[in-house]
Parts: sequence; structure tokens; C-alpha cells
Amino acid sequence: MRATEAPLLGKPRRRVAVVGAGMSLFVRRALETGKELSYYAASQALETAGVKRREIEAVVMVTAPDAFDGVHMKGEWLLDGAGGAGKPYMRTYVGGGSGVFGLISGWTLVASGLFDLVLVIGEEKMSSCQPHPQGAFLTIFDHTIERPLGPNLLWIFALEQHRYMATYGIRNEDIALVSVKNKRNALDHPAAQVAANLTVNDVLASEVVAWPVHRLMVSPVSDGAAALVLASETVARRLTDKPVWIQGVGWSLDTSYWGNRDLAYPRYVEAAARMAYAMAGVTEPRKQIHIAEPYDPFAYKELHHLEGLLLADKGQAPEDLAQGRFERTGPLPVCPSGGLMGVGNPIAAAGVMKVCELFWQLRGEAGRRQVPGKPERGVAQAWGDLMQIGTVAVLGIH
Amino acid sequence: MARTVTPGPRRRPTTASPRMIDAPPRLPMRGTGLSEAEFQKTVATVEWVPALEYGWDTGEAIGRFLAGLRAGKIYGVRCRRCGRTVTPPRAFCELDFKPMDEWVELPPTGTVNTFSVCYVTWDMKPLRKPQVPAVIEIDGTTPRVGFLHLLGGLRGTSVEAVHRQVQIGMPVRAVWKPARERSGAITDILYFEPVRGKGRKA
Ligand SMILES: [Zn+2]
Repeated sequence: MRATEAPLLGKPRRRVAVVGAGMSLFVRRALETGKELSYYAASQALETAGVKRREIEAVVMVTAPDAFDGVHMKGEWLLDGAGGAGKPYMRTYVGGGSGVFGLISGWTLVASGLFDLVLVIGEEKMSSCQPHPQGAFLTIFDHTIERPLGPNLLWIFALEQHRYMATYGIRNEDIALVSVKNKRNALDHPAAQVAANLTVNDVLASEVVAWPVHRLMVSPVSDGAAALVLASETVARRLTDKPVWIQGVGWSLDTSYWGNRDLAYPRYVEAAARMAYAMAGVTEPRKQIHIAEPYDPFAYKELHHLEGLLLADKGQAPEDLAQGRFERTGPLPVCPSGGLMGVGNPIAAAGVMKVCELFWQLRGEAGRRQVPGKPERGVAQAWGDLMQIGTVAVLGIH
Repeated sequence: MARTVTPGPRRRPTTASPRMIDAPPRLPMRGTGLSEAEFQKTVATVEWVPALEYGWDTGEAIGRFLAGLRAGKIYGVRCRRCGRTVTPPRAFCELDFKPMDEWVELPPTGTVNTFSVCYVTWDMKPLRKPQVPAVIEIDGTTPRVGFLHLLGGLRGTSVEAVHRQVQIGMPVRAVWKPARERSGAITDILYFEPVRGKGRKA
């Protein structure tokens, strides 16, 4: 399969570390504008890193469709809240994959030798779009051969989940368990929007929105922002004695003819993971990855992505979950943050939140959320566009 | 106006587990969640309804595909280098990056790759009669090459009723609009319906 060949990699010129992280609260509808949310997250990340905005040499903004805000060139509009005024500034965008892609974009700027200190912000304010932000998603479908059928975003997730279930004989109870785990983990996250203590029966008793997807298997509409400070090795060592290194990054986009893919397996996530693992020197991911933050906008996606990340056998992630492998205290903690299902899903900010979580976990600073066993390496992954992109980053303390 | 919220119990009541002060980030996080009532009544909002109109060209390949639908035919294209036959057609093979080699007429039958039973509109309003979107693999195309359409001709509205009539792997056939009503659109196929009395395919 062409899409899953690991690309030949050149050698990055410099090591890059995360030295600071910050977040706003994730809420259903924020009073604050996108600029204000960005400012909250960015200023907190700068403060924790111990650097001033004037020391930041370049800024990367990730934010999803302009249509959410009804503001064309939203990246430029958000610039001031992101601390980008008067600086080399870029917005990068790959739909739901944008959060981790922001880290990747910032990494390229530092690894290349261009800059020593880069700020990465993920922002999303979905609530402005009326009557429902799903309206913005209608335009991802092909205008000639799909939109006349009256689609909505839930269709593609429901179609993919059903194919995944049918291919491997997975039950909806097994998938509901992701919602239960992540919403429970989020009870310990102070930014969380939809943390809850639920049972599998509660999830399956919530209404069917698009079978097999029930309402409590879908992440919420959210407003929020999250930010990271990246530094070159020399600067990172000056700023902190606990830098978290970006050991490997990978990304890959599959065909936009989404019906032409095996919907049961995200091969584009595998391609991205293989690239990141190769760069990080990870040859046995199940042994060498100690903590995972895969993208979970829908419950089944966490399982789908764990398989694409080569952290579970194809079709086996639900079984592993049921046996407790992915609990916060289990052998491979998955979404100890609470994920999108628990903390919330301000799209681009949610991917950055996952990297923030690895930063805190790997430094041993995650408090009540801390996974046991002093994890040394973690993986964060995001996903999006027309169900076609995988963005992957491996972070570690060595 | 922003309220500063320190990590700790928030406005959402929960009896589950107390918020721990030591959960990071340790600096106070900010953000002001509004209820629907606050949004509707107490916060000034400005509304804007965009009026943008587009006229999309079909392109060469989809144009020929749509002309085929108007004539009651489903066309695909074949690439000799990778050996794939795909529909909806495209002018070039995106893998080999060369023009497609030939057009083929495909039968109006296929197999259900996957389907859903959708009870909400895009703005989350309930639908009394569900939509049943599906990915259909048309006979004669390469395995796992499907496209989005609808299933129809089904009795009942419950998940169970739909599942009694449709399963993944089931053969289906196109139900066309009457010839005089076709317009050269994907909706010239009204939906696909189960071919009853035939066995399941893998
Ligand atoms: Zn080809």
C-alpha cells in the first residue's frame, strides 16, 4: 500500500523542545472573542515558559474553518491575540488535524535553524456559527456529487464507525466505553467542558443521532484556545531544566475520494505515525510509547486511531480498552487529559491541548491527572479534513 | 468583563470527584461560559447572514458522468497502470498521475459497503423519517471503491426495522427518476434499494 510506506527522512538540523504550555477554559459558548481566548492561552504559555512576547521570534496560528467565525482570513484577524503583531507569522490549516499540525509547523521553523523561540496557538470559536456550526461543515462535501444528497457531518462518522464495527465484529458497547473513560478522566481537568461520571448504559441510552452514533459518542461544540512555546536546544536548556523534546513529527493526507478508502482502517494515520516514529527512533511503539493522546472527536475514533498509530492490532483496540489497557493507570494510558470527549473540542485548540497534556505528563506535573510510572515518551495525534489527514508528534524527555 | 476562574470546582455541578487544585495548568485559566439564555438575552450580539452564490462547473469527467446519469447509465473510468476501475469518474489517476485510459459503462447494481440511519438534520433538528446514507460499491469497480448515496424503498423508521432490510455486503440496485424528470444530477438516482432474494456478498 503506497500510502503507508515510511518516507525517507532527511535529518533535522536542530532539536526542538516544548518549554511552556497554556490554555483557556473550554466552554460551549464563550463571552470572549477568538482574539481574547487566544490571548489568554498565549500569555499563560509565555508565563509558564518564562519568556516575554518580545523575545518570541515567530508565531504559528492554527484555527479551523473561517466559516465558524464568518471572518475571512481569520488567521490574520486573530494575529493580535496570538501575539503575532510585527513578527513573522503564519497560519497553517489542515481541518481537525490542525492542532498537532501547529506543533509540526512550529517545529519546522525551529528545527530548520531559522528561529530559536516560536509561539504556537490553537484557537476555535465554533459558537458564533448559527444556528449550528455543522452548517460550516456542509461545505466540505463535494458540491456536485455529494451535497445534492443532503448530507451532514455526522454521516461520514457514522458510515466509518459502522464499517469499522462490521469488519471486526465490534459492538457499540465496546465503543461507548471510550466516552465513559474520557469523560471520567476529564473530571480532573480544570478546563473541561463535558466531564462526567457515566456508565456504558448511559451512553447507549442517549439518543441515536446517526446510528451507530449516539449523542454521548460525539464531542461537543466548543470555544477555547491552547498554546505552546517551542525553543531550540540551547535556548530550551537556558529556560528550563525540564524541556520536553519533540522527537519526531509526521503527517500524511489520503485521497479526497473518501469513499475509495478502506473505511475500517486509517492508513493515513499509519503513514504519519511511521514517519514520526522513524524520526524519533521508535521501532517498537507498544513498548516505547508510554502515553497516548489520539484524536477522539467521536468515541470510535480513539480506537481507530490507536490502531493506525500501531499501538493496537487491527480491530483489537476495543478489546484492549475493555480489559483496561488504556485506563489512566493501565499499561498504556490513553487520553488521560479526558480528550475531546471530556475536555471539549474547540477543533484546532483541542489538538494543541493534547500536546499540552503530554508536556505536563512527561514533566511529571499533571497532578491529579498524572499517569503512574514516570512516562518518558508520548504520542499526540490529530485528524481531520475529509477524514483524510493524520498529524502525529512524538514527545519525550530525552 | 472576563471572569478569572481558578482551577477548582466550576459552575457545572458535579458530585463525582472534587476538582484538584494541583491539576495543571497551575496558573488561573480564563474563559466565560455563557448559557443559551445569557447568549440570547444579556449579551449584545451582531448577526450577519451571508448571501454568497456560486455556480460550480462540473469539470470534464463529472460532466460526462452526469450526462450518463441523465441517460440512465453509470459510467466509470479505468487506469491500466494501477488496474483500478473507479466511479465517480475522474480525468486523471491520482496515484499514477496520468490520464485515465478508458471509460466503462457499469451496471446499475452494487454492494453496500456501509450505511447509517440518521435521525437529525445538519442543525440537529429531529427527522421523523430517517435518512439512510450509504457507501455503495458499484459492480465492476475495484473492491473498496465506493461512493456516497442513499438507500431507500425501506419500510419502517426504527434502527431495527432498517437493519432487518439492509446489511453491509447486501446487493442493491439503483432506482432512477423517470427519464423525463432527470436533470443530469447525482439525484437522477433517487436511491439504491435492496435486491431481495439474493445472498450476501463479502
Ligand atoms: Zn492508476
